[in-house]
Amino acid sequence: MTKTLTLMSTALLLSTTALAQAETLRWARSGDALTLDPHSQNEGPTHTIRHQMYEPLIIRDVTGAFEPTLATEWGPSEDDPNVWVFKLREGVKFHDGADFTAEDVVFSFNRAKTENSDMKELINSITEVRAVDDYTVEMVTDGPNPILPSNLTNLFIMDKDWTEANNTVDVQDFEGGELTYATTNANGTGPYKLESREQDVKTVMTLNEDYWGKDQFPLDVTEIVYTPIQNAATRVAAMLSGEVDFLQDMPVQDLERVNNADGLVVKQAPQNRVIFFGMNQGADDIEADNVDGKNPLADARVRKAMSMAINRDAIQQVVMRGQSQPAGMIAPPFVNGWTEAMDAESTTDIEGAKALMEEAGYADGFSIRLDCPNDRYVNDEAICQAAVGMLGQIGVTVNLDAKPKAQHFPLITDGKTDFYMLGWGVPTYDSEYIFNFLVHGREGDIGTWNGTGYDNDALDAKIKSLASNTDLEARNADIADIWRVVQDETLYIPIHHQVLNWGMTDAVGIEVDPEDQPKVKYFTMK
Amino acid sequence: MLAFVIQRVAQSALVLLVVGLVAFSMFRFVGDPIDNMLGQERTQADIDRLRTQLGLDQPFPVQYVKFLGNAVQGNFGISYRQGRPVSDILMERAPATLELAAVSGFLAIFIGIGLGVFTAIRREGFAANAIMSLSLIGVSLPTFLIGILLIYLFSVELGWLPSFGRGDTVRVGGWSTGFLTASGLKALILPSITLGLYQMTLIMRLVRSEMLEVLRQDYIRFARARGLRERAVNFRHALKNTLVPVITVTGLQLGSIIAFAIITETVFQWPGVGLLFINAIQFVDIPVMAAYLMLISVMFVGINLIVDLLYFSIDPRLRADRTKAH
Repeated sequence: MTKTLTLMSTALLLSTTALAQAETLRWARSGDALTLDPHSQNEGPTHTIRHQMYEPLIIRDVTGAFEPTLATEWGPSEDDPNVWVFKLREGVKFHDGADFTAEDVVFSFNRAKTENSDMKELINSITEVRAVDDYTVEMVTDGPNPILPSNLTNLFIMDKDWTEANNTVDVQDFEGGELTYATTNANGTGPYKLESREQDVKTVMTLNEDYWGKDQFPLDVTEIVYTPIQNAATRVAAMLSGEVDFLQDMPVQDLERVNNADGLVVKQAPQNRVIFFGMNQGADDIEADNVDGKNPLADARVRKAMSMAINRDAIQQVVMRGQSQPAGMIAPPFVNGWTEAMDAESTTDIEGAKALMEEAGYADGFSIRLDCPNDRYVNDEAICQAAVGMLGQIGVTVNLDAKPKAQHFPLITDGKTDFYMLGWGVPTYDSEYIFNFLVHGREGDIGTWNGTGYDNDALDAKIKSLASNTDLEARNADIADIWRVVQDETLYIPIHHQVLNWGMTDAVGIEVDPEDQPKVKYFTMK
Repeated sequence: MLAFVIQRVAQSALVLLVVGLVAFSMFRFVGDPIDNMLGQERTQADIDRLRTQLGLDQPFPVQYVKFLGNAVQGNFGISYRQGRPVSDILMERAPATLELAAVSGFLAIFIGIGLGVFTAIRREGFAANAIMSLSLIGVSLPTFLIGILLIYLFSVELGWLPSFGRGDTVRVGGWSTGFLTASGLKALILPSITLGLYQMTLIMRLVRSEMLEVLRQDYIRFARARGLRERAVNFRHALKNTLVPVITVTGLQLGSIIAFAIITETVFQWPGVGLLFINAIQFVDIPVMAAYLMLISVMFVGINLIVDLLYFSIDPRLRADRTKAH
């Protein structure tokens, strides 16, 4: 009897000491990961959750710089400019204990290139991935690709044997009606293991004791409890009432409240997302205006005038409550090709704008419909409302049509809007990505988000040449030239760069990541 | 009798089919799921391929017939948002909504009847008048506002109750219940009050007016004259006679408690089918929207069918009329 009691109390003591060391991070944001499958759904919150359990070859640290992860070194091959060589980290194990080798990298890249994968467009320049030995991989591209590593930071590596054993080699196919194993299970090399998951309710992850980076990273958090809370007011209430340690997607109107609360802080940093208006300048006549037989937006002077009518400081102060950075170009500040000078080029000048309108023959203005999302960007509809008033000052009567993102975005990709709001993030941190989607004319797989109808063959050729230009200096000069054209033509009306806000308790130490993808291995806990 | 039942069942089936058709005709106005399903790097070829794969390129009556064909076999498809079978997701979410609805209904009935009786008996009292005035809040304030107010008072200011979620749940067979843990029970309090408040005030006001009516009846006076105790008069004689309309209204309100749980679930991040539906709308998750709408309409049609049948058995005049018509 006494023996049992002693045993029990020892056990109890042990469990309490274990509890004292355990640090749980209760983490909330507005939405959940859509799936755990590494190659389905190319979407921010989904990548964020994957980053805790799976790892790519390379990640970006909070400054945006590359950090070796599953690859320790990489570089273009000396023999062949079309080949990149990656040296893999040795001694890494998957959660199930299997060794990480080149075979897994080859397998994962091939899986990511299959038809149902959502990641295939990021690596479409890769024609072949081959294992040279257990810890060396070569990637062959269809031409020299100087910025290939930029496209790999969300490309996660799965274990070949685990994937095959669980019959989940194929990425989720929505028609089949079958649940694939990888959608709800995870086996990566990452710092946290999946403990339990109820989608949209709660996901629990525990520290991977065998993580290769155990001595390199703080890894203070031993358990992550992730709960999506959709309603903004409830999310903030959960933080204020002490039920959450770390909060993403803070509503701007509550920042002060949280910051002023005891034991809570809000940290901020510019986000990798710029908000702007696009205008259909390619069409001879547009539907959304009241001008017959002509397209006022085709005139660069009109576009310039509209840009000059927007008071970005007022939007920042009034609509965004200071939570934005006025923009003069449509590239976020960390992207290669961004310059401070260009980002300061948007000025407000109502008189000058009126003069330009008169010069263009629209002294009496015109009216046009502005399409705007109302559930995608921070205060998106309110920004559009502010723009309505500002454009009214130069005679442009704007009819605002705000709708949910599921209805808004098809308008842009189908070319059914002449004046619209769009936000853009640049996962590759390079201007080429912006040009490919937003500046290059629509042509098959390229220019898919360019709703402006702008099509400049000379510029398109220059954009295309960026992909294989290995002379980085010449390439940067070309990027600067392309930006000059985009700026001078007022292809888009930049509004601002979004600012990210993360709320946390005093105990949590982490810097804001511009991609809004916190990696818990960097967190310290007091 | 049998003919009546068959006729009613046939009518119900027709209503269901029409609801489904209307729902499918409206999905296209919710937006395009393809944009949500593919990342910003997707190409036109990807879009076309997925659209064909999902059958979204076909006219909506074709999509509807396809859906019906699969639904009859118990296959509601794969959620576009979660990539999991819709029937699994619904089964997983239903316990949360049903438990919340049950507790709300329970609170609404018991507190509603209790307060209704009280305010009827103490018609002139200060407390009764105060309750009557307060009940206006329940009738007039929107649910989300009540929910937010309760959260700020009891979670943020007082720190007594959780502001979101279901707390810890225990799995009993395929059913996850929050009734068996302390945190699960605590988590139920605020959402169930929020959800049940409207019904509570409705029942209270109904009971009160019925009671006032009944208390004026002669048999109550005679009961008092016989020297029966107040309690016996109020509860055994008066209340019993007010319950018939109350039961009718409560039955019909039960359906709306489940259907209107959407707002309460969103405010409290309650992982039920209502929250699932809201997410489905935002994502244009057509299989989930279709299954949810069919489920809710089955429920409403079912409740109405039962009420119809109950009336038929309770009210002999219905039977008489029908025989005459033949």
